[in-house]
Amino acid sequence: MEVITKTKAFTKGLWNSRIDVRNFIQTNLTPYEGDSSFLTGPTEATQQLWAICLEAMAYERANNGVVDIDTETISTITSHQAGYIEKSLEKIVGLQTDALLKRAMKPYGGVRIVEGAVKEKGLEMAERVKEIFNYTKDHNSGVFDAYDPEILNYRKQGVLTGLPDNYARGRIIGDYRRLALYGIDQLIEAKKADKLAINGEMTEHKIRLREEVSMQIKALEDIRTLGEMYGLQLNRPAENAQEAIQWVYMAYLAATKEQDGAAMSLGNVSAFIDIYIERDLQAGLLTEQEAQELIDHFVMKLRMIRHLRPGAYDQIFAGDPTWVTEAIGGQLTDGRTKVTKTAFRFLQTLYNLGASPEPNLTVLWSQALPEGFKNFCAKVSLDTSSIQYENDDLMRECRGTDDYGIACCVSHQEIGKRIQFFGARTNLAKTLLLAINEGKDEKDGTPILKNIPALQGEFLDYTQVMANFKLAMQQVAEVYARAMNIIHYCHDKYYYEKAQLAFIDTDPGIDIAYGAAGISIIADSLSAIRYAKVKPIRNEKGIAIDYQIEGEYPMFGNDNDKVDSLAQEVTQFFIETLKQHKTYKNANSTLSLLTITSNVMYGKMTGNTPDGRKAGEPFAPGANPMHGRDVNGAIASLNSVAKLDYRYALDGISNTMSLVPKSLGNNRNVQTENLVALLDGYFAKKAHHLNVNVLNRDMLMDAYENPEKYPQLTIRVSGYAVNFIRLTKAHQLEVITRTFHECM
Amino acid sequence: MYATDSLRIHSIESFGTHDGPGIRLVVFTQGCHFRCLYCANPDTWDLHQGSEISIDEIVRMAVAQKSFFGKKGGVTISGGEPTLQRLALLSLFKKLHAEGINAALDSNGKILNDEVKALLKETDYLLLDVKHINDEWHHLLTSVSNQSVLEVAAYREQTGKAMWLRYVLVPGYSDQEEYLHQLGEHFKHYKSIEKIEIQPYHQLGVHKWEALGKTYELAHVQPPNQECIDKTKNIFKMYFKEVVVN
Ligand code: SF4
Repeated sequence: MEVITKTKAFTKGLWNSRIDVRNFIQTNLTPYEGDSSFLTGPTEATQQLWAICLEAMAYERANNGVVDIDTETISTITSHQAGYIEKSLEKIVGLQTDALLKRAMKPYGGVRIVEGAVKEKGLEMAERVKEIFNYTKDHNSGVFDAYDPEILNYRKQGVLTGLPDNYARGRIIGDYRRLALYGIDQLIEAKKADKLAINGEMTEHKIRLREEVSMQIKALEDIRTLGEMYGLQLNRPAENAQEAIQWVYMAYLAATKEQDGAAMSLGNVSAFIDIYIERDLQAGLLTEQEAQELIDHFVMKLRMIRHLRPGAYDQIFAGDPTWVTEAIGGQLTDGRTKVTKTAFRFLQTLYNLGASPEPNLTVLWSQALPEGFKNFCAKVSLDTSSIQYENDDLMRECRGTDDYGIACCVSHQEIGKRIQFFGARTNLAKTLLLAINEGKDEKDGTPILKNIPALQGEFLDYTQVMANFKLAMQQVAEVYARAMNIIHYCHDKYYYEKAQLAFIDTDPGIDIAYGAAGISIIADSLSAIRYAKVKPIRNEKGIAIDYQIEGEYPMFGNDNDKVDSLAQEVTQFFIETLKQHKTYKNANSTLSLLTITSNVMYGKMTGNTPDGRKAGEPFAPGANPMHGRDVNGAIASLNSVAKLDYRYALDGISNTMSLVPKSLGNNRNVQTENLVALLDGYFAKKAHHLNVNVLNRDMLMDAYENPEKYPQLTIRVSGYAVNFIRLTKAHQLEVITRTFHECM
Repeated sequence: MYATDSLRIHSIESFGTHDGPGIRLVVFTQGCHFRCLYCANPDTWDLHQGSEISIDEIVRMAVAQKSFFGKKGGVTISGGEPTLQRLALLSLFKKLHAEGINAALDSNGKILNDEVKALLKETDYLLLDVKHINDEWHHLLTSVSNQSVLEVAAYREQTGKAMWLRYVLVPGYSDQEEYLHQLGEHFKHYKSIEKIEIQPYHQLGVHKWEALGKTYELAHVQPPNQECIDKTKNIFKMYFKEVVVN
């Protein structure tokens, strides 16, 4: 009862009469314009807990990357009993299974993949579980029943890659704050009302929706049970800061018990949580130290999220990522800042618990952010390399909301209102080679595309190549769209995200997220063909296996419009082509220029390209210029990428910048100041995203050779951060050789 | 004698953070009359090497990266020795000012005539390299006298416009305590000097000497150790309001 008498009531608003977390934030937020001086270090309990986690992670690394797997149980919201790190010390509780870092089987994405992943670790999936799939079906089987030969061929030859057709698609962000603000009972009530309103003549759409909402209600009931296992009364709203964080985490935890999507973001919870913390601080129920402890314990839990992945998965998503992406900062549409003290507290975890790739902390950068926050972000980047930046001004303008999270690495998602269908990506560089080779694979001659005219002449002719390339992109887009529709239809059918969708409006808007890899290779290749002379070397089958370049040509990454405009043109053409195709559930088609760590894999799968890149050499990550070709320094390089228009790549344009500290200036203050200026400058140019790695090449070489010395070394790779020593050796080398922007 | 609408340049660094305040577009020009024993860019000496770039293209680049400059940043012309191409620079600096972009000039102070004076009037920050306060040592290090360098400094002081001194610290050549004090004494009353930057000698340019078939005479000289740097810093602190190690 004490709580009720001491804390003041929240300001009322629309949020009281409908599910509307954004309105709650708008009416109750306390923006913070100050600096970081109020922050506190870790408590004793935090240090003890984290020491246990560090030890468990060391064991995990030593034990082939996995501590343990529950091979007996299909993971559901309620499948596992409560688990703890050290119960007496934990302010925020909840693990995915009954033990720290123990992984669970979530086989509905693809049971064979899970079975294989278990085998790789020397274990065996229980017969009982295998048996179940004699009577039911998984997403993977559904998709392959529906795929056509063309899709299979594209997939096999590496034109379409990483498609979520044998694993969970992820990317959907539940509005996990809803559990804290409303409690299970009110949420179920609202969903029941929604279901009742889906009435009248039953179209396919309505039938599906009624079934979906029913599943969501079931998930909410399960989450209530999950709470009971931990002694939490989730049926009612949270009453204080500790509960608010605990409730949010339980909602998120439920999602990660049911799903193992490639990326499962947390959303944008810091401003929401801050309202509860601020109220408790005002009432004298909480000290700053205790507030920080709550956030530290929450973040610690997020760092312990694990999914069971097969080894092959590492090829595309290296470093065992979970993408618990949390978006921090940004501005409200009414002009106030969304930065709160809790935004600082989240970043402070990188000091209190050390650097870490997860949760994937993403700062929503606005020119109008308070100076104190900008400076602190820059300082944290310099110290930990653990945060990435996205352009809040641009996204608010183009997407029309101030309440959004980042799905996976770079993709905008309005919280609770829209969802996203993940589409991995197509290899655009390979598509260009198909355009040059009459539609045949450059490596083994397999026919892939139809009716691509043979090129005439000794040298590649720009007009001919471009015309062929557009034909090729059109065919790829058509097949890509077909594949995506099949995948997401089947995912809904066999592996519906009921725990996440329970926290999202019924019948939300949908973006279908296509992707393209190799934009800088495309730009440089087309530039070479246009401004220099490129002679293809053809083998006996007439396939161009290599290229001789005579003369100079401008390269992407030097702020040269001649070549930068080629990257722009291709991006625009490709999304416009994709948009011509029908989409499942009438989703809105978007495109990303993003590779995550798969740029290494794309390199291996792609032959020599007309820009002089050799077969097997990695692509540049995301929309980055190719390694070492951006010779005019970092800003010219950033300017080239900034020219790629976000409106044509609404799913995100990823850019990764690696700097040695010295290149930012000769002392800490200057470095901080210059990093802030750099971010302001880049985003003022309407650029979308920037990873900032502030590193020392020597340190990386040392980490490569002595991984045990650097258990927490974090670097940012094309949209997300990874633990360096969990990367494969090939990826580590790739990171080291990537352009370091050093001054003369 | 030289073009007024274009520059011969060695290279461009769009993300310069060590040549003047803030983030800067740094253009390294071609051509130098000094022959510093430690020169890290001997490939800039020959005025006829390098490539040609129009003034307008530099202005375009500067405008394109203006959003990165913040309150302090701008354009710096370094070298080589920029004042060899003073007429083109004068026109460049005027155009930059018309765009609201500040201009810094990194010079060895070899030339002081009416044209250079006009250029200095358009220069927001003069980064003046004082290689040695003692003329004999200056001669030994650079093959020329420091007379003109001191004259440029005196002229700059007269105009009252901002100046940073830059001092390359070479063990055995420019780290003698008496001369460090002498340098401090010489400049201590200058009001235009905002700071002095110590640039510890390094050997990163040696391979260029080899590539050009020139003998690098300082091969035996190691970069200054921390003690040497600290000593120099402490001496300079007695005379200058800000001392920075670059
Ligand atoms: S003044 Fe500069 S460019 Fe000229 S020789 Fe000396 S160090 Fe080299």
